[in-house]
Amino acid sequence: MLAMLIRRLLQSFVVMLVVAFIAFSLFQFVGDPINNMVGQEASAQDRAELRERLGLNDPIPIQFTRFVGNAIQGNFGMSYRMARPVSDVIAERLPATLELAMISAFFALSIGIGLGVYTALKRSGVLSNFIMTVSLIGVSLPTFLIGILLIYLFAVELRWLPSFGRGQVVRVNDWWTTGLLTPSGRASLILPAITLGLFQLTLIMRLVRAEMLEVLRTDYIKFARARGLAQRSIHFRHALKNTLLPVITITGLQLGTIIAFAIITETVFQWPGVGLLFINAIRFVDIPMMSAYLVLIALVFVVINLIVDVLYFVVDPRLRATKH
Amino acid sequence: MSDVLLSIRDLVVEFPKRDKVLTALDHINFDVRRGEILGMVGESGAGKSLTGAAIIGLLEPPGHIAQGEILLDGQRIDNLPYHKMRRIRGKKIAMIFQDPLTSLNPILTIAEQLIETIRTHLPLSEKEARERAVQLLEEVGIPAARRRVDDYPHHFSGGMRQRVVIALALAGEPDLIIADEPTTALDVSVQAQIIDVLKKLCRDRGASVILVTHDMGVIAEAADRVAVMYAGRLAEIGTVRQVVLDPHHPYTVGLMGSIPSLTHDIDRLTQIPGSMPRLDNIPKGCAFNPRCERAFDRCYQERPDLIAVEGSEDSQVACWLFDQEASA
Repeated sequence: MLAMLIRRLLQSFVVMLVVAFIAFSLFQFVGDPINNMVGQEASAQDRAELRERLGLNDPIPIQFTRFVGNAIQGNFGMSYRMARPVSDVIAERLPATLELAMISAFFALSIGIGLGVYTALKRSGVLSNFIMTVSLIGVSLPTFLIGILLIYLFAVELRWLPSFGRGQVVRVNDWWTTGLLTPSGRASLILPAITLGLFQLTLIMRLVRAEMLEVLRTDYIKFARARGLAQRSIHFRHALKNTLLPVITITGLQLGTIIAFAIITETVFQWPGVGLLFINAIRFVDIPMMSAYLVLIALVFVVINLIVDVLYFVVDPRLRATKH
Repeated sequence: MSDVLLSIRDLVVEFPKRDKVLTALDHINFDVRRGEILGMVGESGAGKSLTGAAIIGLLEPPGHIAQGEILLDGQRIDNLPYHKMRRIRGKKIAMIFQDPLTSLNPILTIAEQLIETIRTHLPLSEKEARERAVQLLEEVGIPAARRRVDDYPHHFSGGMRQRVVIALALAGEPDLIIADEPTTALDVSVQAQIIDVLKKLCRDRGASVILVTHDMGVIAEAADRVAVMYAGRLAEIGTVRQVVLDPHHPYTVGLMGSIPSLTHDIDRLTQIPGSMPRLDNIPKGCAFNPRCERAFDRCYQERPDLIAVEGSEDSQVACWLFDQEASA
């Protein structure tokens, strides 16, 4: 297990290096960074000086090493647009995105697994068929449309929930602000969380259903029935646990997707998270911001994948080192 | 207490298909006596496993019992509701499946699976059940049972897993064990061991076994009586000695002739021409008539029922050749 963990860590390191290189390349290929920094009236000499001062004349490997060194310390330079350190701006926005992602992941997982198990056990029930049909809509509707429909229904027509923003937030400590502690913060979370989680919910539900049907056909489930074990135990202790392995894989990747592609939901709901930040960065060609975001998302995926690998070991005894 | 433990009366199992109904078991009649091992042989698709599934009430839908009765200790069990049948499964009737590699839940330890099964059927505490689990494993011949009880199935070899499966089947102290090809997936040396374990347990506990197999060697080795199935019907039933050495039904004769023997030096094994009919294409009269060398008019007209064979104790055959009244 330890050897596996070390191997995975090394792999993750390589992945991060590659991503860092792509992020670094942004500076080189998306226009001349000097042009982005200085105004129209700067002289050629000013430009050359700035170029020298920023180390842009150094060979690429040296520049890249410097970039990685800075990135490890959390330094991604100054945002072109906001004239503030990129890391500060991201740190400020990250709690909003993480909170939204966690809530919607929890929503998608709990309801997705619940409905998946239900529809698998009551395979030909009326309600099951209804749920399966509705879930098709969930899979096929684009996120922004779901968001707009929800806003129209619950914010505009029914006026139950706010249509944008994070509501009132409370500062927990220097780097974390939360909307979970105020009524308006919680109310603001509901619509974006559903919008962001709905696709994942239907995906998890369909996956759990398919896996569960597969497991229910296996010999060990037949044998469990032949031993007269209780229905509940057969379904949940024997069958559900065996369906979890693929579910963990997909869910892990989906959680990464939730964080990375919160962009659309954050735009629709004007949610002040990193996704919205990234969209604005693209609009203003704010390269340091874009490259920092790229590295951050890669890190999220790499960390989640590591967690998934460890979870495999917890769930499946066959992967653990043999005792004998 | 009567001598008969399980009694199958006129059992018909049907599978409704879109446009027709397939009759997979067609009026099956037989008894299982207390403490005996009844072998069931036949080709693939003859209905051996299906008979087992019907007895324990685990027919895969849309298959269902369309007619007939299954009596356990004189009580009907074929029409019990799920929660009552659950009390019989594992407690009165247990089942062992073919492939020990897939019969055990891969993510639960042997102890967890055994203790759950024991406590489902017997009023024991967790600790007592654990003790019982170790005993059962010792009984089926797992070495160092106390240490190995907390292992997972993948820590065991195929033969050892089949022993664990047998221990699980015994957990509720059943009167009847349906062993559905328990040795088919194992290699030959292990097969003999597993059969020995089954025989010994049957003798020690007075439990009956229905041993489903297509391996005549296993039958000759273990069974007291044999039932021969063909195309969802019973062709012949009798003592092992009778059926193996002096078979009556032309199908059984062909079956026995097709087995190689070490003691008799035969140049060519006999072969039954043709193959078993599909369930949707069973001929009128005797199901075996297209392949039977001795078939006569009546065989194409009327379906033979099991008839007691004159001069042999305890043997019945479904063949018009042995109908004494007609020939007399």
